[in-house]
This record gives sequence, C-alpha cells and structure tokens, in this order.
Amino acid sequence: MTGATIFGLCGAALVGLGLFGAIVNPQPLRKILAFNLLGGGVFLMFGVIARRGAAAGFFGDPVPQAMVITGIVVAFSATALAVALMLRLFQLSGRIALTPEPSAEAQSRGADG
Amino acid sequence: MTVSLGLDIGLAILVLSVAVWTIAVREAFASVVGFVVYGLLLALVWVRLWAIDIALTEAAIGSGVTGALLLGAASRTRHAKAEPEALTLIVRLAVAVFCALITAGLAAIVFLLPEPAPTLAPDAAANLSTVGVGNPITAVLLAYRAFDTFLEKVVLLFALIGVWSLAADRNWGGAPALWQSPDRNGPLTFLGQILPPVGVVVAIYMLWTGADHPGGAFQASAMLAAMWMLTMIAGLTHVPRISSTGLRFTLVVGAAAFLLAGLAGFYFAGAFLAYPPGYSKALIIAIEVVMTISVAGTLVLLVAGPPERGERP
Repeated sequence: MTGATIFGLCGAALVGLGLFGAIVNPQPLRKILAFNLLGGGVFLMFGVIARRGAAAGFFGDPVPQAMVITGIVVAFSATALAVALMLRLFQLSGRIALTPEPSAEAQSRGADG
Repeated sequence: MTVSLGLDIGLAILVLSVAVWTIAVREAFASVVGFVVYGLLLALVWVRLWAIDIALTEAAIGSGVTGALLLGAASRTRHAKAEPEALTLIVRLAVAVFCALITAGLAAIVFLLPEPAPTLAPDAAANLSTVGVGNPITAVLLAYRAFDTFLEKVVLLFALIGVWSLAADRNWGGAPALWQSPDRNGPLTFLGQILPPVGVVVAIYMLWTGADHPGGAFQASAMLAAMWMLTMIAGLTHVPRISSTGLRFTLVVGAAAFLLAGLAGFYFAGAFLAYPPGYSKALIIAIEVVMTISVAGTLVLLVAGPPERGERP
C-alpha cells in the first residue's frame, strides 16, 4: 500500500461524509460546507490519479493537477453564489431553512425586498 | 519508506477526524472553523502527493478565501432561530448506509485503478520547450488547456453577476457591506498598513516564479485579494460601488485580454488561443498579469457579496 492509495481511500471517505452532511443537515450553510467537504474528497481522488501518472521526470500528471486547480476556483465561485442566495433568503424571511414557511405572514413581509 | 507511510496514514486520519467534526458539531461558526482547518490539512496532503501548486491553491482559495466567505455568512446568520431536525432517525440511518455504499464503491475504484496508470506527463514534457515555461502546470493552464482557464474566468464573472443580481432594487449600483473594524487605531489598522506592501511583493514573486516553479496566477490573485480585503476591513480604503466603471473594467479586463490573445492567435498562429512560436512565454506572462488583477478583484467582490448600501453621501 502506497501513500497515494491511502489518500485515495481518504478521498473516498470524504465524499461519503460530505454527502451525508449535505443530505442530513437541515441548515443551508451546513449543507454548503458539507458540499465543499465532498468536493475536497473528489479533488483528492483526482489528485491521487494524477500522482499515479507520475512520469517523464514529473511527480504527477500535470493535466489532472491543473484541472484540480481550476476546480478549486470554480468551487469557490459556486460557494459564493450559494452563500449569497442563503443570505438573501435570511434577509427576506428572517429564517434560514429549506422547509416551507409555517405562516403566510412572513412571505408578504418579504415581498417588499 | 515506512516512516513516510506512517506519516501519510496519520495525516489521513487527522483530515477525516476534522471532517467528521465539521459535519457533526452543533454551532455553524465552529463548523466553519473546522472547515478552514480541514482545508489547511488538505493542503498538507497535496504536499505529500507532490502537488505543490494545488497545495498553494487549496490553502489560499479553498481554505482561505472560502473560509473568509463562510465565516462572514456564519456571523451574519448567528441570530437565526435553530431549525428542528428535519429527518427521523431511520431516514438518517438509511442515508448513512447509502453514503457508506458510495464510499465503498469509490474505495474499490482506488484499488482497481489500471496498472500502469494512464498519463499525459510525457506529452506535457515533450512540448514544454515549445511553450517556453518550465512549470508543466502553468503550461497546461495557459497553453495546452488554455480554453478551460479562459472559461473559468468567465465562470467567475458569471458568479459575480449572479451575486450582484441578488441585491435589492434600491441598493443596485451601491457598495457591498463588508465588515469594517470600528477601531481606527487598533492592530488591524497597523497590519493593514504594514502587510500590503509585503503581500504585493509576494504576489508578484508567486506570479513570476509560477512560470518555472510552483506558483502562478491563482495563488498570486488570492494573495492580492487578501491584501485588498485587509485594507478594506481596516477602514483604510473604501469598498467600491459596483456601478464604478473603473471597477467593472478591472473585473472584465482579464477575460477580455485572454479573449483578445485567443482571437489574435487566429491571425498569427492559425488557431484560437495558439501562440506564435517564440512569443509564447511573453504572451503567457502578459495574460497572467492582467488575469491576476481581475481574478483578485473578483475574489474580493464575491466575498463582499451583493451591494447593500445604495445611497451613500
């Protein structure tokens, strides 16, 4: 067993863990966090594939490595958009949850934006 | 060999423990702190996988800038009422089994990966001298797969347009409400005056050395973004209004320069985003410089969020 295999297994566990958090946790902020955790696991597995492709004097295949860098930046943009949506929801309704509003009162309050 | 294997196992256990804590802890704020620690530990994992460029990006953007964004969100929603648990215990157990199955499937894939591993490293190495840069990852990002990187710039801009479009109508064109230190003589002001010159030099170094060594445009952008954010939260510079033409130009110029260089490729080298022989390194550095400034601005404004102050004296 090599270091790359261990981190590959670690990435697999992170994907499962992040998915669990994203499904089970009711708060949107925690879902976003769990989703980022999941993303870290996916990048790690991809990085392990890059590490296994070490050849020609490089310590890893540079193509998947560059794609992970692109992935990290794109994951950040998606996170920023998700956080902005969540904060706007909080601003309008005063609560942060994805379950339906218990009363119609808060909805009419939210309409004036 | 066994010592380094032990180190890897220990690091993997540490990453998983912090990840479990991030998911399980009750307060959202503590969870975000756990996530930042997780990102930094992940950067160490990337170092162990000999991917220094990814380690720098993970520490700067994956952990640092994302951490700043999530900490801001957690502190703004601090007073929100706690929502009751939405799922029953049985459903949670079913989800746990489902996620464990997915992990088991992925773990099986790790053991069943083809041997020898497919790799593009020899091709990347063979063409490195044509591109003129020594860092293969920079060559992939700005030459071999430059189209991906160009589209990524556009994705960043679209995300920012998405964030801005969440502004209330009366605030459109105003400035985002980034948290600012009320104490004008505090340590934050001192740091805001001392650190940026050093940070800017470090960013320029990272950008320049990225051509041949680990580093590059994204890491430099994150550094510049951190410095700009520091001066803003210390109250030394104003958060710009999103209607400012200068600001909008700064944000768009990176993608625009990339697009222009790509179109010029049709004329000078016969293909979109192709560089004329002999000029590729100069062109790559030029694109990277402009891109770094644009990406830094975009990162800061994505963290700052939609405009919340429409009328300003």
